[in-house]
Amino acid sequence: MTGRLLSIFLILAAGAAAYLLFPYNLAFLTRILIMIVLVLSLDLILGLAGIATLGQAAMYGAGAYAAGLFAIHVWADPVAGLLAGAVAGALLAAVSGAVLMRTQGLTLIMLTIAVAQICAEIANRARGVTGGADGLRGIRPGKVLGLWEFDFIGITGYWYAFAVMLLVFLALAIIARSPFGLSLRGIHESPERMVAIGVSVYRRRLAAYTMGGAIAGIAGALSAQITQLVSLESFSFTLSAEALIMLILGGTGRLYGAILGTVIFMAVHHVAAANDPFNWLFVIGALVLVVVFFLPRGLVALPVSLKRLAKGGRHAGT
Amino acid sequence: MQGLEVRGLSKRFGGLVVSEDIDFDLPPGARKALIGPNGAGKSTFANLVTGILAPTGGSIRFDGQDIAALDEAERVKHGIAKTFQITTLFSGLTVRENLRLPVLERQGQGGRLFRRADSDPKIEAEVEALLAQFDLLALADRPVVDLAYGQQRLVEMALTLALKPRVLILDEPAAGVPSSETHLIIEAIERLPEDLAVLVIEHDMDLVFRVARSIVVLVQGRILTEGTPEEIARNAQVRELYLGGAHG
Ligand SMILES: Nc1ncnc2c1ncn2[C@@H]1O[C@H](COP(=O)(O)OP(=O)(O)O)[C@@H](O)[C@H]1O
Ligand SMILES: [Mg+2]
Repeated sequence: MTGRLLSIFLILAAGAAAYLLFPYNLAFLTRILIMIVLVLSLDLILGLAGIATLGQAAMYGAGAYAAGLFAIHVWADPVAGLLAGAVAGALLAAVSGAVLMRTQGLTLIMLTIAVAQICAEIANRARGVTGGADGLRGIRPGKVLGLWEFDFIGITGYWYAFAVMLLVFLALAIIARSPFGLSLRGIHESPERMVAIGVSVYRRRLAAYTMGGAIAGIAGALSAQITQLVSLESFSFTLSAEALIMLILGGTGRLYGAILGTVIFMAVHHVAAANDPFNWLFVIGALVLVVVFFLPRGLVALPVSLKRLAKGGRHAGT
Repeated sequence: MQGLEVRGLSKRFGGLVVSEDIDFDLPPGARKALIGPNGAGKSTFANLVTGILAPTGGSIRFDGQDIAALDEAERVKHGIAKTFQITTLFSGLTVRENLRLPVLERQGQGGRLFRRADSDPKIEAEVEALLAQFDLLALADRPVVDLAYGQQRLVEMALTLALKPRVLILDEPAAGVPSSETHLIIEAIERLPEDLAVLVIEHDMDLVFRVARSIVVLVQGRILTEGTPEEIARNAQVRELYLGGAHG
């Protein structure tokens, strides 16, 4: 319990520090927070349950369009919009997962990519509803909890996204330690043995995929509300792939890894792209290579690895 | 009939007949051993009974109910469990977590979200009892992958017992276990609940003769003979075909 309180405190402190240090970069900081939520969703299904996917953007996009349309046509309340996004993400994950979770490995990865592509194509064709390639415009979210209006500087947006990220983090921290979370780790380690202790691995994986879909949907909804725009890019392969790289960078299976990896990826991207708009990918590529080779458990394992290195251990990070 | 009742069971892999017309009973409280040369089809038979493989023909009934249509996980829920000949564990998890998982699942708590996995005192007590029974307390918080193979075999058996099965199939439980530790396996088998139906597949004849009250000999997918340990030890055909060959 004290560990839980400490982690809440640390995240709060980091959030406040970022807010105070970079008051003119709130939009960028908010994008990081939204991305963290997406990467956390990936950590649940890939890091914990071992479900390989390169299509998490499908659920993110579904959540974004659902929240955008909900705000325009139904109700502008942001929290209700988040719920709409969560439901859309969960539904898409449950329906596609009903087929996908019967497959594994490369087949599964290809199918996850295909689902996101199909979603993008549907959104593109349904111009009348989604705005097609022009994007969904005219999203005007109301006050958060009826109290805080979204402002030009992005103060409300920042703290709103921060609060949602923190809640998602805490919910996942609880789930990771629950019997369900343990069973996902079990499936990751040995699906054969999970079946042999009487578990329907398919159903457990589908449940995890659906939960991950809901969280990705929340991330999409946040993005729709805060940027007040949803574009076809929400479904893009690039988004899925970048989320995966962020998770690997930070370290899979531990929720801090999702936060750390996202912050570092986006910060490096921000700085490197500003200095050299053409070659920033090399910097990211080099970073990923270094992590994969020297820190296979991701940057969260860096302190442990350094300690081992100091002791003269030869297998840093493993 | 109570217990397991196998009739005319057969299995082919393409042209290879691995099980042929097997009749086999395992009533509650049975202590049977299944022996036979390598490749005789012993593991295949266990896989057919537990639902890992689908038979080509024949029937399997449990307590009078045809269980052919049940998948592996459903048969486990009915109380049919088996250990793996090749250790199959959650190697990155600790020994304690390995045992907690089956106990949670058996109690129907494996899907719970909003409580800690280690927060149920009854489940934890059961896990501790299993750890103690298999002499694993000192290793409880080590990841299974760090354990010696013999110790992993003990976890393999403890994990299966955690399911509190009514039919227990042990596929070479002592294979790879140092002889100094086989007694742990034998004692564990001897301490199994009286009414549990046990089938041991094993090459270690000490173990077989210690625990089995009845021995089935399988050769090339067919049952050659079945009898008490004394009968099997005296059987000339068995000595020649199996004991003679494998044990000088
Ligand atoms: N999945 C499979 N596909 C093809 N042949 C198999 C398969 N599993 C086992 N066999 C063959 O069936 C025979 C019996 O194997 P097995 O049941 O493992 O024997 P045992 O456990 O008695 O040593 C062997 O010849 C083996 O090669
Ligand atoms: Mg075998």
